[in-house]
Amino acid sequence: MNAHGTVHKYGDHVDTDVIIPARYLNTQSHKELAAHCMEDIDKNFIHNVKEGDIMVAGVNFGCGSSREHAPVAIKASGISCVIAANFARIFYRNAINIGLAILECPAASAGIDNGDEVTVDFDTGVITDVTKGTTYQAEPFPPFIKDMIAKGGLMASLKDKEVTK
Amino acid sequence: MGMTMTQKILARHAGLDSVRAGQLIQARLDLVLGNDITTPVAINEFEAAGFSTVFDKSRIAMVMDHFAPNKDIKSATQCKQCRTFARRFDIDHFYDVGTMGIEHALLPEQGLVAPGEAVIGADSHTCTYGALGAFSTGVGSTDMGAAMAAGETWFKVPSAIQVNLTGKLRPYVSGKDVILTLIGMIGVDGARYQSIEFTGPGVANLTIYDRLTICNMAIEAGGKNGIFPVDDVTRVYVEGRVDRPWTAFEADPDAEYTRTIDIDLSQVDCTVAWPHLPENAHSAREGKDIAIDQIVIGSCTNGQLPDMAAAAAILKGHHLAKGVRGIIIPATQSVYRACMHEGYTDIFLDAGCIVSTPTCGPCLGGYMGILAAGERCVSTTNRNFVGRMGHVDSEVYLASPAVAAASGIAGHISHPEEVVSK
Repeated sequence: MNAHGTVHKYGDHVDTDVIIPARYLNTQSHKELAAHCMEDIDKNFIHNVKEGDIMVAGVNFGCGSSREHAPVAIKASGISCVIAANFARIFYRNAINIGLAILECPAASAGIDNGDEVTVDFDTGVITDVTKGTTYQAEPFPPFIKDMIAKGGLMASLKDKEVTK
Repeated sequence: MGMTMTQKILARHAGLDSVRAGQLIQARLDLVLGNDITTPVAINEFEAAGFSTVFDKSRIAMVMDHFAPNKDIKSATQCKQCRTFARRFDIDHFYDVGTMGIEHALLPEQGLVAPGEAVIGADSHTCTYGALGAFSTGVGSTDMGAAMAAGETWFKVPSAIQVNLTGKLRPYVSGKDVILTLIGMIGVDGARYQSIEFTGPGVANLTIYDRLTICNMAIEAGGKNGIFPVDDVTRVYVEGRVDRPWTAFEADPDAEYTRTIDIDLSQVDCTVAWPHLPENAHSAREGKDIAIDQIVIGSCTNGQLPDMAAAAAILKGHHLAKGVRGIIIPATQSVYRACMHEGYTDIFLDAGCIVSTPTCGPCLGGYMGILAAGERCVSTTNRNFVGRMGHVDSEVYLASPAVAAASGIAGHISHPEEVVSK
């Protein structure tokens, strides 16, 4: 499991209201949500993002509302991985539950710039800034999270447990 | 090593004698909550996974409060999906227009949460019920969907920050000012992943409504939950609402806290959080140059009857400043009715305000008071993020009902003393 793409960089305390404003929460369509992803802080994001790109941000990414629509919008926009110095706890949980890869790495968050080309190896936790020729070590997913993502998220893993009971 | 109050509740629900911070546990849940925005996504997950039963129809609550009464066809469709699901599984606590209130005011009022219980809700302000000595925290829709089927969920046991309260609040100062002051001290990620446990002799001087407001905004400091010890104030509130047995948990004397913060309640003043983060705490006395266009008094943070009483006490005999719009939203049907009986509704209307049926509406920029570019609102809600109440170039200032009312009269951010002494 790997990611490779161009970086879209944001600052600290990116809240779920700017990731997907509440005025769009009257839909559950992933496509519609993605169309408005990040628009209140970056109107160009949705026009610039390409499948597989990587989002990098500072501390407390995803703070605020528990809306699962936020990680859904990021994933549906094409982003393959979010790297942040750290995440707000509900967002962290939601991202794993819906299968959006996320990594905590303060050094990568500080060192990587907007527009850099970055690769991520999820098995080892190694983040490589290809543009700058630098590497960073993040904590890879623990086994139970890897298992949950491999099975397709929380619901699928729960269903799996039900069957094997 | 001793356990915090939160850790004791989690241990009991996990069937363990003890737990420690960082431990991953599977815990039984007493209540699973969702609203009209998060429940449809949970239903989709529940149905896609092929579940055909809920774990307990009396332990699921669904409240149609965010975009209800429905603001548009899409919102109506989402509520209809919840209604259909609730009927299919005969959900006991389904609250629709006519019975609904803002979820975190409604559930305590209806006795759906008791001390010592464990609650998750697909809404970040589910942490409100810590005021009653319960463990409650916000989750996403997938967690809600899974919990509706399983009746349990996994948690990482949180470490805790202790907030030691002493003294007594001064006139016009409330729980809102305490929590805005605390967030100003520790920041919007100051309690990330942690419990905020309130202790000390000052606790007894806070009403249950002050405590509900304080715990409601634990999430705005990044907290997993906020929690108060159970005392006579809690017992008086719970009696007559909760008819099932409940347990009061106490932190061990040797419980471990990562830090202790002391707050002397007598030193807390009326506090306003400037845009665009709840940590931007200022004294209400600093706002003379900040002209405003709107006040909003209501929400899960400050929509209870004492909040309405505090606003009415300031607004009585006054009128909003020219050009200021006043939107008042009692949080539940019973609060709404009490506002009429107590004469608050007349005071609000005489002051030039409107009084709305319960809804989350303007707090999250849904409807019922959206701001245009350049407009400013003093609001008793909980978030002042960019674009939270409307246009990205609008501004939300978070404050108590007394400060919002005083600001509405003055036409700029104002301390209640500046208005009442006139």
